[in-house]
Amino acid sequence: MSLDLGREILDLTLEHLFLVMLSMAIAAALAIPAGILLTRRTFLQRWVLGFANIVQTVPSLAVFGFLIPLPFLGGIGKHTAIIALVLYALLPILRNTLTGILHVDPAVRESAIAMGMTGRQLLWEVELPLATRTILAGLRIATVTTIGTATIAAVIGGGGLGVFIFRGLASVDTTLLLAGAVPAALMALAADRGLEWIEHKLSPV
Amino acid sequence: MSPLVSFRQVSARIGQKDILHNLSFDVEAGETLVLLGRSGSGKTTALKMVNGLLLPSAGDVLIEGTATPAWDLIRLRRRIGYVIQDAGLFPHFTVAANVGLVPRLEGWPPRDIDARVQQLLTQVGLPPAQFATRYPRELSGGQRQRVGVARALAADPPLLLLDEPFGALDPVTRVELQQQFLDLRQGLNKTALLVTHDVREALLLGTRIGVLHHGRMVFLGGRAEFLKARDQEVQAFHACLAENWRETI
Ligand SMILES: Nc1ncnc2c1ncn2[C@@H]1O[C@H](COP(=O)(O)OP(=O)(O)OP(=O)(O)O)[C@@H](O)[C@H]1O
Ligand SMILES: [Mg+2]
Repeated sequence: MSLDLGREILDLTLEHLFLVMLSMAIAAALAIPAGILLTRRTFLQRWVLGFANIVQTVPSLAVFGFLIPLPFLGGIGKHTAIIALVLYALLPILRNTLTGILHVDPAVRESAIAMGMTGRQLLWEVELPLATRTILAGLRIATVTTIGTATIAAVIGGGGLGVFIFRGLASVDTTLLLAGAVPAALMALAADRGLEWIEHKLSPV
Repeated sequence: MSPLVSFRQVSARIGQKDILHNLSFDVEAGETLVLLGRSGSGKTTALKMVNGLLLPSAGDVLIEGTATPAWDLIRLRRRIGYVIQDAGLFPHFTVAANVGLVPRLEGWPPRDIDARVQQLLTQVGLPPAQFATRYPRELSGGQRQRVGVARALAADPPLLLLDEPFGALDPVTRVELQQQFLDLRQGLNKTALLVTHDVREALLLGTRIGVLHHGRMVFLGGRAEFLKARDQEVQAFHACLAENWRETI
């Protein structure tokens, strides 16, 4: 393996990591509050979950394709890639936030209300801590998926490890394919283990 | 002065089902009214109407003369100590955090909360050194129940709601805690509404006894009246009293 290839692997891995982390941060910042709001709006739950489900079923390559012609959001480049990755990551986080909170033992919730907690205290002191593990599991699933999906971002100029994969496909070069696939797989594995460890550390019960 | 708690022709409906029918009674400051009834008679439901967890579908529940919907319910609930049936502890809080919850919500200084928690745990027979840092899942049923009692007492509320507070205890500890409850009531002039299905506990702790049957109050009166009452449901409880005595002898 040449020095140049090693150097490029490092660069693209970092770029990949950046794509994933930024997308995850945006997705979490949107989906967790949305999930919390949804627990208070029963009638909206079906609609929002339905929409998120539909997004999830569209093949990722097609999502990238649909986004390209859109003004502002679309076009070629990193921002389009990030928007697509965010759309994909929303559902697992949203769903797990919702189920995590809705599955808090009703007796514990009632007990909190009976002790005179306000709605906000109920959320921060009881519901969120007891749902932490489920929410983190959603984040973990979304992160691992996003690391894989982000390889497709290269199609629309998003960069990342997908660059190797597509170059390898075009030139039928196994080394290049591996240079993209192996770091991505390792990253997914590390994210899975790392987030699982945090889940265990943070779970209150 | 108006009674501390007053039920005026209160009915309760959960979903399509009427749980309580036309309930009327007062709890005067300083007394312990025991609600006695079989399982499913509506005792817990009646307690939940006092702190506004449930609102009447008809009639009024008045606390210090004000109907529950007109109260600031957060404030009301923090002034009512509630021992929840089966304890209802927070699984992610330590014993100390469970007991100190309402004082903390009320903004007590941490040192005062600590001192209060220590005092209460000692009082209910759970040495703080051993129990304060444990989680509810690390306790036996009876120990959890005692934590529930300590939590209800923590902010020194003038009114106590106790839902079978001594149910899961061994007979020795139960008698101890019942005795403590009597002392506490005498010393601090607490008002209490206590739920039980144990007729002997009702006679021991109640200054008055109300008997619930299918969501109706079929009897309300003092001990002597209770023992003389002719109502069928009350007599059913007399019968268990006799059974119990026979066992004891
Ligand atoms: N959330 C609810 N939805 C529907 N029915 C309920 C609900 N809560 C209570 N009930 C019904 O109301 C009736 C009274 O219940 P409640 O809990 O007040 O009884 P209880 O006297 O406290 O019984 P126990 O001694 O077993 O605790 C029961 O028939 C019960 O099934
Ligand atoms: Mg009950």
